[in-house]
Amino acid sequence: MRNEPDGCVRVLAPTGMLGAGFPESTIEHGLELGADVISVDGGSTDSGPYYLGSSQPKTTRAAVARDLRVLLKAAARAGIPLIVGSCGTSGTDHGVDWVAGIVAEILSDEGLRLRVARIYSEQDADTLKERLASGHIHPLPPLGDLQPETIENCTHIVGMMGHEPIVAALEAGAQVVLAGRATDTAVAAAYPLMKGMPSGPTWHAAKIVECGGQCTSNPRAGGVLATIDADGFTIEPLDPAVSCTPILVAAHMLYETANPFQMREPDGTLDVREATYTALDDRTVRVEGSRFHVADQHTIKLEGARITGYETLSFSAVRDPHILANIEDWADLLRVMLTQRVEQTLGLSEDKYAFDVRLYGYNAVLKDLDPGQEAPREVGVMLLVNAPDQETATAVAKIANPLMLHLPTPDMDYLPSLAFATSPAEVERGPAYEFVLNHVVDSITPTDMFRIEIEETSHHG
Amino acid sequence: MAETGPTTLGDLAFEVRSKNAGPFWVTMELFMRDSDGYGIAADESFLNERTVAELYGVDESEIQMFRIPSLNVVKISFPRPVSQASLRDRDIHSGQHHVPLAMLPVPPADGTRER
Repeated sequence: MRNEPDGCVRVLAPTGMLGAGFPESTIEHGLELGADVISVDGGSTDSGPYYLGSSQPKTTRAAVARDLRVLLKAAARAGIPLIVGSCGTSGTDHGVDWVAGIVAEILSDEGLRLRVARIYSEQDADTLKERLASGHIHPLPPLGDLQPETIENCTHIVGMMGHEPIVAALEAGAQVVLAGRATDTAVAAAYPLMKGMPSGPTWHAAKIVECGGQCTSNPRAGGVLATIDADGFTIEPLDPAVSCTPILVAAHMLYETANPFQMREPDGTLDVREATYTALDDRTVRVEGSRFHVADQHTIKLEGARITGYETLSFSAVRDPHILANIEDWADLLRVMLTQRVEQTLGLSEDKYAFDVRLYGYNAVLKDLDPGQEAPREVGVMLLVNAPDQETATAVAKIANPLMLHLPTPDMDYLPSLAFATSPAEVERGPAYEFVLNHVVDSITPTDMFRIEIEETSHHG
Repeated sequence: MAETGPTTLGDLAFEVRSKNAGPFWVTMELFMRDSDGYGIAADESFLNERTVAELYGVDESEIQMFRIPSLNVVKISFPRPVSQASLRDRDIHSGQHHVPLAMLPVPPADGTRER
């Protein structure tokens, strides 16, 4: 490999999220710059617990396939590995298989033969309960101690792998690694660590590239190339017209991190307090001084989601100036009337279901925290109902329908008609989920919670 | 836009932003335009854990603040008050929760501030 003579490893990060897209020319440019590996993240918890709870991807198949086709062809042509992390958004076993199915189809279409590894990260509830009982699962703030019932109630639980299972797959000869849930950084760190690059610069570079072009002057222009060596790393955008600056690169440590100086990985903590950021030219930045402190105990972070109930949504809108001037009174009356009508008709007391009335255009987003004083011109009224089953949630929303159509303010002596946005107004949302795990397991080995399967994909030409 | 009100932190910043930091934390940053603006945002007698707790209705003891002079940045993190994507969550990515911070009036420059 070309990295060995000059003692550095070049990581091509095409985009922050597989399926988000990138110009094909940026991948060509990355290969010309001597990329040794292509690393891309395929998941996130950022859009909520639904994707883990239901084991469904957030990205559409066509968008993932488009990106994968470009990357697989590039990796095959350059003879370098392609690593995808957190497949299928949440990294469940189904998510890994979903991406593997897309990869197999592309390899067949393109007549490519590559060894594909799948790394499964879904966790068995009974095994986790044993680990909990023996004192090997610990909470991370702000959550408290874990209860066995919480594990049982999850529809899916994944463990976030570090670099080790990915390295194991690469060492076993995989050319394409499709990882289940992995830390965003492990995806980019695995190959340089395997090639002996130092931990501090590698993990720091991995954090900077995990969102693709987010650390550049134009995040929409594609990703970045990080070159890691014994003393640090350099980073440059894949689009020649775009720049990395020391401020942009340093500021990226702030993004989506609670603590911008220290980040825990399964086998230790990245520490960038002493890092220096220097411009090598007007678009390339050199970073040195990153440290990595190996932890006494290797840990795997768990993510789990459970069903909280079933939801139905309804949406109406108000333009009448008199109601707008008294919108809080109107919403209070809606809540009271709805609660009474549900009791009268369904015989349900308030503790058997829940609903939220959101006044979009008034204070829906920030509610009591909103510092604004402006009078609204119109207000969208969203009703969101959560009940133990879908039928009940929809029944409550339907009972609200005449109120969301005709409810006056308390001082009006006629019935207004308000503006529903759709007919029927009610939209069934299915099960609703919440994240319930923010805990770590003491690992027995860095790889034993993950299962690696490697296959030679044959093309059926 | 008419700028008739008092000067706010947002007026002195390039950008004020907020975002989830994992499912259980929210984090926000004030990217100040210059060291003068940074000096105001980083002034612990003006912006501290107690003022953030009042602004966001969260527990003062759980708030983490980072003052980074090399970037003219003040960063604030605290546990998400509402479970992500739950019935009461109106901002799934916490992407609009910077607004109360951005709209916070800064103390008058003559030092006659009262609290």
